Amino acid sequence: MSKQTLIVIGNGMVGHHFLEQLADHPDRDCYEVIVLGEERHAAYDRVHLSEYFQGSNAADLALGTTEQYAAWGVDLRLNAQAVSLDRDRQTLMLADGTELQWDQLVLATGSYPFVPPIPGNDREHCLVYRTLDDLDAIRQSAQDATTGVVVGGGLLGLEAANALKGLDLDTAVVEFAPRLMPMQVDAEGGLLLRQKIEALGVQVLTDRATQRIEDGEASRHRMVFQDDRVLETDLIVFSAGIRPRDELAREAGLEVGERGGVVIDDQCRTSDPSILAIGEVALWKNSIFGLVGPGYQMAKAALATLTGDNLAFAGADMSTKLKLLGVDVGSIGDAHGDQKPGAKLYRYLDEVSQQYRKLVVSADGRRLLGAMLVGDNSYYDTLMQYYSNDLDLPSKPESLILPASEGGSPALGIDALPETATICSCHNVSKGDIVQCIHDGKASLGEVKDATRAASGCGGCAAQLKDVVDHEMAALGMEVSNDICEHFAYSRQELEHLVRVEGIRDFHTLRERYGKGLGCDICKPAVASILASVWNDYVLEDQHVGLQDTNDTFLANMQKDGTFSVVPRVAGGEITPDRLIVLGEVARDFNLYTKITGGQRIDLFGAKLNELPVIWQRLVDAGFETGHAYGKSVRTVKSCVGSTWCRYGVQDSVQLAIDLENRYKGVRAPHKLKLAVSGCTRECAEAQSKDVGVIATENGWNLFVAGNGGMRPRHADLFATDLDTQTLIRTIDRFLMFYIRTADRLQRTARWLENLDGGLEYVQDVILNDALGINKDLDQQMARLIEHYQCEWKTTLESPERLKRFRQLINDDSDDPNVVFVEERGQIRPANQQERAKLIPASNL
Amino acid sequence: MMTETISKAQQNRADQFAAHEEWVTIGRRSDLIPGSGVGALAGELQIALFWLPELYDTLYAVTNYCPFSGVHLIARGIVGDVGGEPVVASPLYKQHFSLLDGRCLEDPEQKLQVFQARFYRDEIQVLQRRASGKKARAAA
Ligand SMILES: Cc1cc2nc3c(=O)[nH]c(=O)nc-3n(C[C@H](O)[C@H](O)[C@H](O)COP(=O)(O)OP(=O)(O)OC[C@H]3O[C@@H](n4cnc5c(N)ncnc54)[C@H](O)[C@@H]3O)c2cc1C
Ligand code: SF4
Ligand code: SF4
Repeated sequence: MSKQTLIVIGNGMVGHHFLEQLADHPDRDCYEVIVLGEERHAAYDRVHLSEYFQGSNAADLALGTTEQYAAWGVDLRLNAQAVSLDRDRQTLMLADGTELQWDQLVLATGSYPFVPPIPGNDREHCLVYRTLDDLDAIRQSAQDATTGVVVGGGLLGLEAANALKGLDLDTAVVEFAPRLMPMQVDAEGGLLLRQKIEALGVQVLTDRATQRIEDGEASRHRMVFQDDRVLETDLIVFSAGIRPRDELAREAGLEVGERGGVVIDDQCRTSDPSILAIGEVALWKNSIFGLVGPGYQMAKAALATLTGDNLAFAGADMSTKLKLLGVDVGSIGDAHGDQKPGAKLYRYLDEVSQQYRKLVVSADGRRLLGAMLVGDNSYYDTLMQYYSNDLDLPSKPESLILPASEGGSPALGIDALPETATICSCHNVSKGDIVQCIHDGKASLGEVKDATRAASGCGGCAAQLKDVVDHEMAALGMEVSNDICEHFAYSRQELEHLVRVEGIRDFHTLRERYGKGLGCDICKPAVASILASVWNDYVLEDQHVGLQDTNDTFLANMQKDGTFSVVPRVAGGEITPDRLIVLGEVARDFNLYTKITGGQRIDLFGAKLNELPVIWQRLVDAGFETGHAYGKSVRTVKSCVGSTWCRYGVQDSVQLAIDLENRYKGVRAPHKLKLAVSGCTRECAEAQSKDVGVIATENGWNLFVAGNGGMRPRHADLFATDLDTQTLIRTIDRFLMFYIRTADRLQRTARWLENLDGGLEYVQDVILNDALGINKDLDQQMARLIEHYQCEWKTTLESPERLKRFRQLINDDSDDPNVVFVEERGQIRPANQQERAKLIPASNL
Repeated sequence: MMTETISKAQQNRADQFAAHEEWVTIGRRSDLIPGSGVGALAGELQIALFWLPELYDTLYAVTNYCPFSGVHLIARGIVGDVGGEPVVASPLYKQHFSLLDGRCLEDPEQKLQVFQARFYRDEIQVLQRRASGKKARAAA
């Protein structure tokens, strides 16, 4: 059979999901697939669009990459807008005049932001909030602006307001209706929401109909309202609802709804059987679904229609749980209670702690018809389960919205849920699917997620998914892993997996999806370390800097008196006399205490915070790099002189040590990593007390792992023998990466190996025999780390913005008068208690 | 709830201060590091300022002096929360201090002094007693 041509117009979230489903389908080879996307970017995660202003870039948000599409054999054409359809000839025309013929056509053109027809709405700096390009335009426009207004106080409007606020604009929201989010909340809820949002410094103007926009006096624009009141602003973002992009369908004579939207049936067929429509452009039973979840269901139904599978679109629930400007808002089912006669309402309002909750219960008091939450969404999951599974309500339904201290009932246990309960509505995964998956041998949250895709849509169900997994694993007697701290109910290993698999690049995103609260000094550095060992981004970026331990923050080791020590890299312990002189001069000029470390380098102590940049400028100018002595990272590769000088040596241990140190420098890990190379079995470099030790043999190298000095010394285990240099390096790559992925926080390799099920043999099986099939992956991750190496001091010195941080006081350049030294053995040392009492003026203590 | 704790504590703090006080500008917003701390001189005292944009854009100010190490380094600590209460962890020996009332969570004997701080337009201000004749320490 010759292939049919399938054209998908629109490469947004739903169009992408459709292709993803198709790629997994056995019939995928029946089609020649062409995808037309009008935007410059391949499909990206619009739901998390706002993260673009919070440090994510386009690549972080990408859903589909050109490589992925190529691998699927899909012909993706970007910057390609379809402008007309000819249904008789089954052809369509692109803006550049290209004509394409289809056998099957899928419309996934989404919607566009509605801009109210107000005179002046087309002025410069009047923008919308829908695409990455829109956000670029907003960012651009905000640069010389001080104020911004969002027209529209709905869900997207508030999200846009948050973005403007984040761009440091004085922000106002103008809403036509008498309250914010009129679709989701009632008058009480709206008032509370308003108070909370105003408390954040966003001005809220309701009951305002904008009449026209004209030149402002102090700002770029002046908005004139129905009562002639005015508001001046530099930038306006319209967010007054969305409209389906049905223009192609409309002109081609397909049936469209009165208020727009391409009419579809349960099979997602339009009025022309060769054309399907999915996502926000589609109108089903007179409804447009402005959420991804329903769009994904449509994508699945449309595919089933093409392939003859049995699956129909049966409508979708529009319940939502959101955090807008940091305020929780939840809406379930018939939240207003105006859809069924006789419905009874329960309401709870606490003006002090600013919480509002409402229950809509059936006339007989047995069923939950809807609910509304403002201020605290922790009630959402339980209510949602009652609602979507039609569970019998408790005899006092109000207990579901009362605080526990007032007789509220505890959240519905996972136990109480039927197997059919939907956990992930984006990917339509039920509790039963998850349970089955665990019975089939998936033994961690990460594996369950990979297998079912649960929690990988909007992410709203992440917490509940974890509950189900934990509960089921416990029921099966499997060990439930331990939480890292009160903010994340995950182990370090699980967090690492989430970060890597979901492409999470900052703490904020991880916490929003999987954690709670602000974080702490346990999870923040742990996550910083995970992010660094997956992405290896510059650790002092805005989104990372607050996570770092002090030593990482200042790229130096803080000592007991608050001063810092400076350790440049001396790879393999080899240093030229000239460089040694530079170190001596720097130490002398800044009066630093100087000591040789156990790792064969030189440590300069007693630098004050303000001195670090000047000291490092000298060192970097002389060709030194940071030694990462401050990081939980690869420290040094110690070596003996080896065969070059030593009469016993059988291999060049110095060369290998330098190569290893340069290869792994900057690699961050759950704890510090030390390596060593000895040139023969006499072992002068003490390699068997290191995390990774290499000892030369006549035939190559013996590799030892998981040795440790420190408090509980451990003799390293022999891991592999007589390796050639290339194999040795590959093996070390994988060993380190496997450790980085699976160890607990602050767990050295020695304790890690001791605690690992299966111990040494297991690790050998994984690394040497690729028992888990992950070696290629480990290689890639290591390659990425190596490729992204940077001398953090060099980067920092290039940025005046970062250097600002290296001040003891933001408003005073003088030294900290509390830091005092005395002399001992010809060098400085911190003054002790009695000496300090004498040396520091009392007023400063 | 977090919001409640904060408003109560802010109230307490406000009560502590008598009428003889004034808002003094000690820096600008751009001097701060979001989600982290910096040191500043307020009169003669070194204080630590923590700006938490994610927690209602709050600015906290406490003394920079760590009673355990005897060093001015509180500003270098990691901020976070313990059961919803915002805290800073002293970077040397890791004790936690509440940013609301300054008490040390591990040792009831020790505490940091707390100051009221706010943004006034672009400026950082702390509430201070009016200078009582004593001259501010000249920058050396
Ligand atoms: C800021 C923001 C926040 C949101 N938050 C949430 C949320 O929390 N939860 C939720 O469920 N939903 C949310 N949504 C809604 C969600 O993003 C949409 O439901 C979803 O993107 C719809 O997917 P779609 O594929 O139908 O449309 P889109 O993602 O808009 O994709 C349509 C694509 O088709 C292209 N196109 C249109 N016409 C043509 C043409 N003629 N030729 C070629 N290409 C064309 C468009 O340029 C676009 O790229 C949010 C949306 C925004 C903007
Ligand atoms: S380990 Fe062997 S090669 Fe290296 S210094 Fe000692 S004796 Fe020489
Ligand atoms: S052995 Fe103890 S005293 Fe010496 S450097 Fe290590 S931690 Fe400090």
